[in-house]
Amino acid sequence: MPPEPYSGTKSHTPVTHHILSVLVENKAGVLSRVAGLFSRRGFNIYSLAVAPADDHERFSRITIVVDAESAPLEQVVGQLDKLLNVVEIKDLAPAEAVERELLLATAELSASERSPLLSLVAHAGAAIIDFSAERVTVSLTGTPAALNAFEASLTEHCPSLEVQRTGRVALPRLNPSA
Amino acid sequence: MTGAQALIKSLENQGTEIIFGLPGGAILPVYDPIIDSTIRHVLVRHEQGAGHMAEGYAQATGRPGVAMVTSGPGATNIVTPIANAYMDSTPLVVVTGQVPTAAIGTDAFQECDITGITMGITKHNWLIKDPRDIAEVIAEAFYVATTGRPGPVLVDMPKDVAQSEVDWHDAPQIDDLDLPGYHPRTEGDPAAIRQAAELLSQAERPVLYVGGGVLKGRASAALLQLAELSGAPVVTTLMARGAFPDSHLQCLGMPGMHGNYTAVTALQRSDLLVSLGARFDDRVTGRVDAFAPSAKIIHVDIDPAELGKVRRPDIGITGDSRLVIEAMTEASRDLARADLSAWWRQLNEWRERYPLTFDAAEEGAALKPQAVIEALSANSPADSIVVSGVGQHQMWAAQHWRYDHPNTWINSGGAGTMGFAVPAAIGAKAGRPDRTVWAIDGDGCFQMTAQELVTARSEQIPIKVAILNNSYLGMVRQWQEMFYEERYSEVYLSPDLPDYVKWAEAMGCVGMRIDSPDDVVPAIEKANAIDDRPVVIDFRTDEREKVFPMVAAGASNDEIMVHPSQRDGA
Repeated sequence: MPPEPYSGTKSHTPVTHHILSVLVENKAGVLSRVAGLFSRRGFNIYSLAVAPADDHERFSRITIVVDAESAPLEQVVGQLDKLLNVVEIKDLAPAEAVERELLLATAELSASERSPLLSLVAHAGAAIIDFSAERVTVSLTGTPAALNAFEASLTEHCPSLEVQRTGRVALPRLNPSA
Repeated sequence: MTGAQALIKSLENQGTEIIFGLPGGAILPVYDPIIDSTIRHVLVRHEQGAGHMAEGYAQATGRPGVAMVTSGPGATNIVTPIANAYMDSTPLVVVTGQVPTAAIGTDAFQECDITGITMGITKHNWLIKDPRDIAEVIAEAFYVATTGRPGPVLVDMPKDVAQSEVDWHDAPQIDDLDLPGYHPRTEGDPAAIRQAAELLSQAERPVLYVGGGVLKGRASAALLQLAELSGAPVVTTLMARGAFPDSHLQCLGMPGMHGNYTAVTALQRSDLLVSLGARFDDRVTGRVDAFAPSAKIIHVDIDPAELGKVRRPDIGITGDSRLVIEAMTEASRDLARADLSAWWRQLNEWRERYPLTFDAAEEGAALKPQAVIEALSANSPADSIVVSGVGQHQMWAAQHWRYDHPNTWINSGGAGTMGFAVPAAIGAKAGRPDRTVWAIDGDGCFQMTAQELVTARSEQIPIKVAILNNSYLGMVRQWQEMFYEERYSEVYLSPDLPDYVKWAEAMGCVGMRIDSPDDVVPAIEKANAIDDRPVVIDFRTDEREKVFPMVAAGASNDEIMVHPSQRDGA
């Protein structure tokens, strides 16, 4: 059974995922070119994060988590490299990368439910970044696995929960053997 | 000057001698300076024709084809040729008009997102929003279309950009173009080339598996040297017919679904495939896991993404076909070579036992299409250019015409676009007016794009068209006969509707109808003597005739079906 594609709050990651860190020219339509290539070649994207790179005017960096079971990684990289606006592709195997992702979650709570949530937040090292009389919004930055665990606990404690995650960004590990 | 003038001047500076196109609202400003330009414009009758003409021109000349159409339906009508050129790696520069920048995204009249539509079928495309970018974009477009693995590009030109005033500046030199993500590799890795030469010298059953990349790389002469030095047999794929002369003793002809027995089986039994500018297409490999099971693979391609896409090579070499073949020849010169005589004995035995064959026409019955093609080939100049549509006639033309020169066979290989022949032949003749150009077409294909013969007549582009009229969508009929229990569903076309002779005459062409074997050669001679207008010959051919050999879709190449007369017990 192929793993399910990434969708919304499910953050299941395939065992054979790879992280591609793709430097692209900051031109109109570049994201569409990259995403379109993945869909028409039948490669699965699990998550995708885009932000301006060092040189804000010219380049952006797209971090793509790709299911390496859907196609041989070298085919994905080879086809991606043919896109004119793709300048550089770094393939980061999970073991050789540090990965981080950001999670925001809004929970609806009665006053009595707050205390378990607060201890959960404190335990995970998350932060409360917004609140009203009935609701509270928390944030957590961490590894995708840590976010998965936090999200699972939140879901257990708070029946009414809205979660958003950014998808991960990654850089090569400085000491790959560590 | 205006943006429109800058665009035309940029096309002139790129060496454009001809544009195939059709004007309309959004591209109107660009058509005005065409009147004063040195560039010839060929006014087509449908934008699809413009695209295929540009393809035929590019394949016949090796130069990029240029087409120009308006926005919306003009642009969508040329999508099929763009997809076709993408599949066959044909260099094309397509300029489309676009609604004014302020109207983009508003569902304006004749608006469509053509850069979005063609993203997956172009090497790259550009939407010009600033007239100061015109010179750079056109220079980049030609550079990208013609270098690396060639292919189509599209430049979308909004009307207000064409109308605005701009100071002319020359485009930067190629090295100064701002393309940080585009670095085509041409020189192959010397170590890998040396290894490849060694493998080739040691192989006992080698085959040079030659694809269209050898023509794109103008590597035919280099290939001849490598072939003769190595003594290895050569197969030329559908995209490479003519890349190596059919008359050469080492040429085994075409492999694939309708390849001849020896070419197909040589690949299957080989111990080393040297793939040169070919891409292990499913029409060549048959069932991939049963393809050439004991062969090591050397794969040479200018597109690194082709290496390992279908079959993992033992040695993969990214580079220009001519440069790599030349380097491989050099590296081979001093190597001792394995004895290929047993291999050649086997190959020659197959050649003798399973030549391409077909039944002779019965007395009074319809013509055999293969015989018509052999007569065309024998009675036309040796350097004639042959252009086909898609279907049975295409396979027979690939099998039975004798190709001894590169770039004399033009067809729609990857995409399989019916209707390709007539417009592509017009483009080829426009680019090579010195050559005889024959479109070998089917009756189904001809009806799709025949109106471009009006273009051919009015532009004085005297092509010749041989319609192999079997009154059916013949290839579909063949599959229905063989795989659908002779249940013929929606394939009958009628031999007389339309009347092809009257239709040809109505379009200003000479029309002939031939149904007797005795009249075939005289008609061909007459057609070849006419040089002031197009000629259409309606050859009435046998509807029962099927293309053999054949490897059924998804079957192993070992299960090749030869002509019925060559089967056991026949």
